[in-house]
Amino acid sequence: MLAFIIQRLLQSVLVMLAVAMIAFALFNFVGDPISNMVGQDTTLADRERLRQELGLNDSFVVQFARFVAHTARGDFGLSYQQARPVGQIILEKMPATLELSFVAALLALALGVPMGIYTGINRYSWVSQAMLAISLIGVSLPTFLIGILLILVFAVTLGWVPSFGRGTVVHIGWWTTGMLTLEGWRAIILPAITLSLFQLTFIMRLVRAEMIEVLRTDYIKFARARGLTSRAINFGHALKNTLVPVITITGLQLGSIIAFAVITETVFQWPGMGLMFIQAVTFADIPVMAAYLVLVGFFFVVINLVVDLLYYVVDPRLRIEREVAAGG
Amino acid sequence: MTQRSRWRCLCIAIAVLAAIGTTSEAKTFRWSNDGDPTTMDPHARSDGFVTSFDMNIYEPLIRRDRNLKLEPGLATEWTNINPTTWRIKLRQGVKFQDGTPLTVEDVIFSIQRARDAGADVTSQLAPVKEVKKIDDSTIDFITGGPVPILPNYLVSAAIMSKAWCEAHNTTSAAVHEGLENYATRNANGTGPFILKDRQPTVRTTLVKNPNWWGLKDQPIDIDEVVFTRIENAATRVAALLSGELDMVYNVPPQDIERIRNTQGMKIWQTPELRTIFLGMDQSRDELLESSVKGKNPFKDKRVREAFYQAIDEDAIKTKVMRGFAHPTGLMVGPGVNGYDPALDKRFPYDPAAAKKLLAEAGYPDGFQVGFDCPNDRYVNDEGICQAVVAMLARIGVKANLLAQTKAKYFGKINAPKFETSFYLLGWTPGPIDAQNMLQNLAATRTDTDGIYNNGGYSNPHLDELIKKIQVELDSEKRNELIGEALGIIKDDFVYVPLHQQMVVWASRDNVDLAPLGTNDFQLRYVSLK
Repeated sequence: MLAFIIQRLLQSVLVMLAVAMIAFALFNFVGDPISNMVGQDTTLADRERLRQELGLNDSFVVQFARFVAHTARGDFGLSYQQARPVGQIILEKMPATLELSFVAALLALALGVPMGIYTGINRYSWVSQAMLAISLIGVSLPTFLIGILLILVFAVTLGWVPSFGRGTVVHIGWWTTGMLTLEGWRAIILPAITLSLFQLTFIMRLVRAEMIEVLRTDYIKFARARGLTSRAINFGHALKNTLVPVITITGLQLGSIIAFAVITETVFQWPGMGLMFIQAVTFADIPVMAAYLVLVGFFFVVINLVVDLLYYVVDPRLRIEREVAAGG
Repeated sequence: MTQRSRWRCLCIAIAVLAAIGTTSEAKTFRWSNDGDPTTMDPHARSDGFVTSFDMNIYEPLIRRDRNLKLEPGLATEWTNINPTTWRIKLRQGVKFQDGTPLTVEDVIFSIQRARDAGADVTSQLAPVKEVKKIDDSTIDFITGGPVPILPNYLVSAAIMSKAWCEAHNTTSAAVHEGLENYATRNANGTGPFILKDRQPTVRTTLVKNPNWWGLKDQPIDIDEVVFTRIENAATRVAALLSGELDMVYNVPPQDIERIRNTQGMKIWQTPELRTIFLGMDQSRDELLESSVKGKNPFKDKRVREAFYQAIDEDAIKTKVMRGFAHPTGLMVGPGVNGYDPALDKRFPYDPAAAKKLLAEAGYPDGFQVGFDCPNDRYVNDEGICQAVVAMLARIGVKANLLAQTKAKYFGKINAPKFETSFYLLGWTPGPIDAQNMLQNLAATRTDTDGIYNNGGYSNPHLDELIKKIQVELDSEKRNELIGEALGIIKDDFVYVPLHQQMVVWASRDNVDLAPLGTNDFQLRYVSLK
């Protein structure tokens, strides 16, 4: 098991190197950061000096090698836009994104799974039909539109919640949290709903489909024949078997939630890493973009690893196969 | 309801009322913009918004009033004692926000810091050769040659405390060895507001400086200022409408009517000093992006004139800019020194005449040309370009539009590459004097001049005029020379000036403020009713 984890972590280094390399190849196309960094009256000589200092005149290979060497030492460089260390900026922004992502993921799971079970069991009730119809909205409406609509209704018209920001945050060491203040919870409601809506409907439909599939199988019929209560059948036997794919997909989706919080964060001015990335792109702030992409690559690798490990926990067959293989 | 819970309710009600009472006493002004003042170091970046923000904390020797006229700041008077020396009297009794008194040494130190490598306001102070202390309240600025607009330049040079900078190892605005400069997130100025809290890209809080020297002439109405960055235009407007903001600095044009028609909201507008114009490559022997080979059609004045006359600026103003533009025939707008209303008449829109001119020049069927345009720099920039493309099509010219983000756009069309044949650009003369535009946009390209002369226009007679303008101390004579230079640019169709866009801000209607053509937002003019 340990060997497996180590092997996967080593693979993650390769993934991150690949991500960094592709990112650096793309940076040639984001434009000239210098024109954003200086005023219009700055002389050509000063611009050239700055370009030289930042190493922007070097070739792609040299810039990439330097980035890898510095990153290996934990040094992400200085942000062009803010003139502050990138590592520090990311640490400041990470709590906001992680809190938002986890609240959104919890929301999606806590609502999506029961809704999926309900619609799976009661396929033809009008409540199920209504849920499915509404879930179409979640799947088809773009995030930014949902966000703006929610702001319009709940912030502008009703005035219940703030339209932007994170509310009041509390510092716990380097971590900042909005979970300890009322303002923070009020601020997270709209972005969390926006971010979770797609995942929620996705999980609901997945659980429903799996549930219907499993309920058709022979062992469920057999359980019915033996006279088990529907409660025992539905939750004790059917649900357990639907969860394997749900865990995989949910785990992978958590990665996308973190990575795709970009749009939600932009709409709600949520001060997280996604917003930071957008700000970096418009400014051509290469050090920030590079660090962010590598970090997201790392998140994906780690989440995949956790999902793989959970698989072993949930599905006994995999454990047996491995033991047999090891024994043989 | 029991007796006890009734008491509890009353207590809560009193507490709430008390809280409301205290908040309404301390006046907080909340505003937002899509950009962030990226640094609190007033010398580190010469970006309009950053400088304008930092200048609420720091102050220059000479500042601008709400009509953009020069007025005493930390200097009480300035005179030209000989052609190359400006003598400045320093205001007495001024204290920095940390309590140390302002001295002549602080001024000399600050000017040096602003001129050092790593600072980005260097070019404004380039003509200064030496700053000399005469006595405890007098400083001489010695320049290489006569510099008539040195006071204009000094407006952008913030005065910092020498002792503070030395104590925090920030005697230069440069960053060293990947470390953050202390002044990036901390500040100690002499200005009307004190930096209380800075969360980069999120929120910046300022409080009123109770010891500001200017309070006796100009009381500051607001006690606290909270600036929040909100990039998404729709969210920014929503936050204003929902009452979470008092003022929005950068208002998206499509929302102006909506805000104006909302009760309790107010739109502020004033013509910006920035001129939006079209430029053409007049230096290469063959255009980079054109169907015409072996020659450059833009070298022919008739072609430039045809382009000018093909463009219906009134249509751009009403259709694209929704009325928020001031059509212009000049390369500098009203408010800039040297602007002459008599010259500010556009040549008429006349596609028939334009077509005839093209035919005379040898292009009866028009030609194709690449057209560069930013899509996130000026108000509706891409929309303007699309309109231009359609208008040029009427005279047979096919302009192939390439609209892209400013980071890519400026890298392509500006120095040193100048990789463009036809482009749209905007220009604000920083010192609010036409000389800056002439020197940057019209003078022949050299190491110091013609930096934004992306078309590569060159006219020795005009160059000579510009040289004279740079050193003429008699302002009447100087303005005559500027008028002559502006006339040459106009008659030679060096550029196609389009309009000055409007500065548009939105606020709740209990806010009073001063909208400035520079797009500078000075908090000292803000009051809340």
